[in-house]
Amino acid sequence: MKRSLPLIFAFVVGIIVLISEFIPHRPFNQIVSTLENWFMIISGFAILLGQISLIRMNANKIANRLPDWQYHLAGLVSFALMLIFGLLWGMQETPGLMGDGQGISAYLGSKPFDYLFENAYMPLSATLFSLLAFFIASAAYRAFIIRGFESNLLMITAVIVIIGRTSIGTMLTGWLPESLSFWHIPNLADFIMEFPNSAAQRAILISAGLGIVGSSLRIILGIERSYLGGDK
Amino acid sequence: MKLSPVAERRIIFTVLLFAVALPLVFPIGWTTEISEYTRIAYRLIEETDENKVVIISFDYDPSTMTELQPMAEAMIEHAFKKNQRVIATALWPMGVQMAEQAFDKVCSHYPDKERGVDYTNLGYKVGGMVTIQAMGRSLSDVYPVDNQNTPYEEIPMLQNVRRLRDIAWISSLSSGVPGLKEWMMVARDSYQVPVTGGCTAISAPGFFPYVNEQRQLHGLLGGLKAASEYESLIGRLGSATTKMDAQSIAHLLILIFIAIGNIKVWHGKKGRQQ
Amino acid sequence: MIQIMHVFGIWLAAFFTLSIFSFLYKDNPFYKFAEQVFVGLSAAYWLVYIIYSIMVPNLFAKLIDDFSGNIVLLIPATLGLMMLMRLHPKTQWLSRYPISIMIGTTAGISMLRYMKSDILEQVTATMINPFSANTVSGVLGNLLLIIGTITGVYFFYFSKKVEGIYKVPSKIGIWFLMVSFGATFGYTVMARISLLIGRLEFLLSDWLHIIK
Repeated sequence: MKRSLPLIFAFVVGIIVLISEFIPHRPFNQIVSTLENWFMIISGFAILLGQISLIRMNANKIANRLPDWQYHLAGLVSFALMLIFGLLWGMQETPGLMGDGQGISAYLGSKPFDYLFENAYMPLSATLFSLLAFFIASAAYRAFIIRGFESNLLMITAVIVIIGRTSIGTMLTGWLPESLSFWHIPNLADFIMEFPNSAAQRAILISAGLGIVGSSLRIILGIERSYLGGDK
Repeated sequence: MKLSPVAERRIIFTVLLFAVALPLVFPIGWTTEISEYTRIAYRLIEETDENKVVIISFDYDPSTMTELQPMAEAMIEHAFKKNQRVIATALWPMGVQMAEQAFDKVCSHYPDKERGVDYTNLGYKVGGMVTIQAMGRSLSDVYPVDNQNTPYEEIPMLQNVRRLRDIAWISSLSSGVPGLKEWMMVARDSYQVPVTGGCTAISAPGFFPYVNEQRQLHGLLGGLKAASEYESLIGRLGSATTKMDAQSIAHLLILIFIAIGNIKVWHGKKGRQQ
Repeated sequence: MIQIMHVFGIWLAAFFTLSIFSFLYKDNPFYKFAEQVFVGLSAAYWLVYIIYSIMVPNLFAKLIDDFSGNIVLLIPATLGLMMLMRLHPKTQWLSRYPISIMIGTTAGISMLRYMKSDILEQVTATMINPFSANTVSGVLGNLLLIIGTITGVYFFYFSKKVEGIYKVPSKIGIWFLMVSFGATFGYTVMARISLLIGRLEFLLSDWLHIIK
């Protein structure tokens, strides 16, 4: 019952969705429309589940004084602050429990939630990903070595695309006559993206698409059950 | 002089930092050419009639705003120039704030544009492909209110917009899942609404197969260079264009690093053979 | 006061930016602090938006405005609460029901959409007349498109061992994949550098006012 009923639900729901694609009339379209609206609400609870798990994990590390527990405390404090600001005064044009926060906005220039978003969250998020620029430069120096025919092909394509997507490509071969415009580096880069790259990516899309269709069918038919978790 | 790997890394990081910073401080003013993929996206918006309602979906967060925010501002400005009415939606929660920042910046040049009449922000909804499918049936069911808590029925520009088929074109600016692919799969392939969009350069090669004869995607803006190309097409000196000098120098530097790395390995091999 | 808080905000942003960049030298307390603050802020941001964008307008507001007309919404609300039961080992089994409904819905929609967009439309896009292009490079490109797609798909066929002459299309498919990976690397470099440019522009313009 604990495992068979969820499998039956997944089967029924999946089949109704498939049928409604071919019979888009009542009752199938109504059922699917209802399912789609419910999906959003249940997803909201799923994200709430993730947040609660995160708080529990951090609280556990702090309570047991595990290594670097002080930083997890900082994380929990920042979580609590952002949550309280958001709930009390809302964000942008959305009011919170204590109204629109006009009083506090007069001091900060914006609501506390928005202030933290612009001056803390945005720079943190943007900077974390910008670190990758340095690592790709280091990787290019150490790991991008010509070894055989295939790595040669990779390297030559990468060089053409890297030059072709900047002003340097335009300057290097801009003097070429119209009859040789194919060899103008930006045009060559565009040709590579439009034809051989698209061909390979298309092959990946078709193969992955076949895999997704297969695994979706396995889930609907109850052959794939890993989403149910353990035996308990 | 043999350097340790740690020292080599730090030298690489420092050189890259200066190579990117100096062109920002001392701009060179190089120009770039416009690719066909950007032109296709431009033509879709250019050839859409006035007063049509369009969707721009902000499916990204601040980590990729350097590439995608200039695209958003350029597309909103283009739509405003053509008197199209813009709905902002978001499949990522941070997209809501990104949309507000983009509207604030563009509306400072278009003070006559009025919220609710010329543009609106419907906010964030979770669910990805399932949510877009629900929008295909009824937009008001998915968005009962906008992000200012105004009921859907009370927003003037949405009076004749019931479902996705009432939208002239959709542009998704995305940095991952859910995003452009989900909009293309549902809005274009299911409901035949033209879809265009922008993505980070890292995902662009995977989207080019969709720019095909069937027009699964009407063009694609892939990365900062494409944002700069779009700004050129609408006649705007935006934030993407000013960054292209630094981009060009950094690319050259990466090629130099690759060359030095290969020379070093070749030299080492030759030494071992001798 | 607003001006002071605006300047404080920029310095706070610069502090966090430099804390993250300090990782390039080595791992240190500033980086660890900034990283955990990011995790906390990110989680809270998602939660606040879930509450105001989904829970309130799509569930609670509808139930409060017209309870009898929207009574059916109690079903997804109950399923959502069952999802939260996952937190306790003894009640974990209850979360399987909402998960199975979500998985079933997603599997059904994914199967249809991927079949259409990634298989049928892509195969159709490959079935072109290669000689219909106006230029030599166009014809060459179309031929590469057709050959590359077919050999690429052939490469991904792993159900039978390829030997002898059957290895040739597989090899050609690998060449096309290598070209694609090279192009992807080029674009990846562009993406990463762009993000760095954005941060440096903030530091040099908004914080230090070196760029006007």
